[in-house]
Amino acid sequence: MSVLLEVSDLAKHYPVKKGIIRQKQVGAVRAVDGVSFSLRRGETLALVGESGCGKSTTARLVLRLIEPSAGSIRFDGQDVTGLDDGGMRGLRRRMQIVFQDPYASLNPRLTVGDAIAEPMVVHGIGNDASRRAKVQELLALVGLRPFHADRYPHEFSGGQRQRIGIARALAVEPDLVVCDEPVSALDVSIQAQVVNLMKDLQARLGLSYLFIAHDLAVVKHMADRIAVMYLGAMMEVGGKGELFARPRHPYTRALLSAIPHPDPSRRGSVTPLGGDVPSPMAVPPGCRFHTRCPYAQERCRSEVPRMREIAPGQQVACHFSETLPDVPAAQSNGLTAIAAHRLALYDAARHKVG
Amino acid sequence: MQQELLRVEGLRTVFQTSSGLVRAVDGVDLSVARGRTLGIVGESGCGKSMLSLSIMRLVPQPGRTVDGKVLLEGRNLLDIPTGDMRQVRGGQIAMIFQEPMTSLNPVHTVGRQIVEAMKVHSPKDSAAALKEQAIAALKRVRIPSPERRFDEYPHQLSGGMRQRVMIAMALACRPRLLIADEPTTALDVTVQAQILDLLRELQAETGMSIILITHDLGVVAEMADDVAVMYAGKVVERTSARALFEDPQHPYTLGLLGSVPRLDEDRDRLLAIEGAVPPPFAFPDGCRFNPRCPFAIARCRTEMPPLRLVEDGHEVACHRAPIEKALAMESAA
Repeated sequence: MSVLLEVSDLAKHYPVKKGIIRQKQVGAVRAVDGVSFSLRRGETLALVGESGCGKSTTARLVLRLIEPSAGSIRFDGQDVTGLDDGGMRGLRRRMQIVFQDPYASLNPRLTVGDAIAEPMVVHGIGNDASRRAKVQELLALVGLRPFHADRYPHEFSGGQRQRIGIARALAVEPDLVVCDEPVSALDVSIQAQVVNLMKDLQARLGLSYLFIAHDLAVVKHMADRIAVMYLGAMMEVGGKGELFARPRHPYTRALLSAIPHPDPSRRGSVTPLGGDVPSPMAVPPGCRFHTRCPYAQERCRSEVPRMREIAPGQQVACHFSETLPDVPAAQSNGLTAIAAHRLALYDAARHKVG
Repeated sequence: MQQELLRVEGLRTVFQTSSGLVRAVDGVDLSVARGRTLGIVGESGCGKSMLSLSIMRLVPQPGRTVDGKVLLEGRNLLDIPTGDMRQVRGGQIAMIFQEPMTSLNPVHTVGRQIVEAMKVHSPKDSAAALKEQAIAALKRVRIPSPERRFDEYPHQLSGGMRQRVMIAMALACRPRLLIADEPTTALDVTVQAQILDLLRELQAETGMSIILITHDLGVVAEMADDVAVMYAGKVVERTSARALFEDPQHPYTLGLLGSVPRLDEDRDRLLAIEGAVPPPFAFPDGCRFNPRCPFAIARCRTEMPPLRLVEDGHEVACHRAPIEKALAMESAA
């Protein structure tokens, strides 16, 4: 698979100023602080981390919705960072975004049909008739009805709105779709519908997803590879299987163990990570995770760990990832036989009905 | 059988709106045992928050609780005078919400707000004594350097710290029941784990009961002893947390379980529930889940299934549970 998106040493620092008349810079918020990753064609790379880790800022930098302070972004071999507005417009057709909040990201005054057609108008694709036909095709693609084109956003539920947002992003036939927490605002049963839809669309259209999320269970379902961020920097990158089976960074481990499992027999089996995420205005020296890391040593407080390859395709930024004590594998029995049987019946009945 | 602290019988809360009568809570029965946690699960619009507000008698206008009983140690809270109810709120029953920032006053220090809450219930204590108690309350929820935090404003605290402050305020008067409405939904997972841990420790210390309202089955598995699954204003399944996961009966419960991606198994597709929760002024006839239920038959469209016992301590409101038996009988016929 060829590389579609290549990001290296990307940074975004916001200056912090003080004083009313003569402002001087007193510090910087290091929202994204030297992040590198690559995304292959047809692949889903998930950026995960807790709020304030810089994952959404990274997504916006990739689309150049905000300007980076340093680093480079290459899209399909072309350096995006130096492009002027005209050049960028051409590229934007090929990279689209789906936002988290489907209530805020649709214009309430546009009919759904107009909202979906808008990106085509902006990029001068087709004429009125062809765009109308395309809107119908897109509505069918995301599981909505033809007559929905004449309705307004307020007439739709959250899940349906997210489908509209997806249809709109796909209107210009992009290669890359950046999904910024696309299911976080939805109810669980609706989440599953949208996640299934996004996977189907990827298989049909060969899309590449940069998937931003904080819910690791959803990520495990969606992603091929996962990049874990903490406080503006990358902690670990790896294939989904390896990363979940053998997390090599203490932060990845803490994150994985903090997820509540739908299995009462595992109750209370983990000790939660202490403390809070430090402010991005005062990033700790050395490894930025050392203030909360249960394994931190002297070296972690002074020396920044470089990202290094520890196994094929798995990179980690930790001085001691080889010598971390083994964690006992999560003891989960999965579903009971009767629960699994009933779920299978449910699935079978659903297909018969649908 | 554990001793019962709270018993809700046939509770009904309605809203008269221009689109029709909204039956937000429609005949709910619940029981909370002393020192135990009852999880109430459901998606948005299922009535779980309105249920907790009905228990507290805080239903916003134009809503009204029109029927049922809320028995706290045998005393029906729906019958007592408003003044007595004010003593119950915060005194015997306390509540915490999803977004701590909107529940805290941004222009007052954290300490002042805790003291204010304490004053209502012990007006005779001196200012110094109240401050001391407030600092002790902050310490109890494991807030580091509580003396310093006492004088800070809510915006100076992180989301997790704010929720700790809310818990400190809620527990200031040693309530017997804590109602926690999505207490960790707005928090990051590592912070969520801290808060859940804290609630468990505090429960063990004080012996209080908890009603935990959540949409997250993982949180239920982690916290609850007993569970009630709600759909469209009604309880559709009621049992112990263990039985809910080991022996899920109601099709809606199955749909919810299938919708959550699990870390312990790989599945290509999630088992989504089709459609969406119906709007509360247009609940379908019969079983309210029937338009979304893959097992629905003619009877489900006309006859509302009551909660019935299928196993010891396991109640389900479904005509066809257990479904494998219903299907087997059908194919034999």
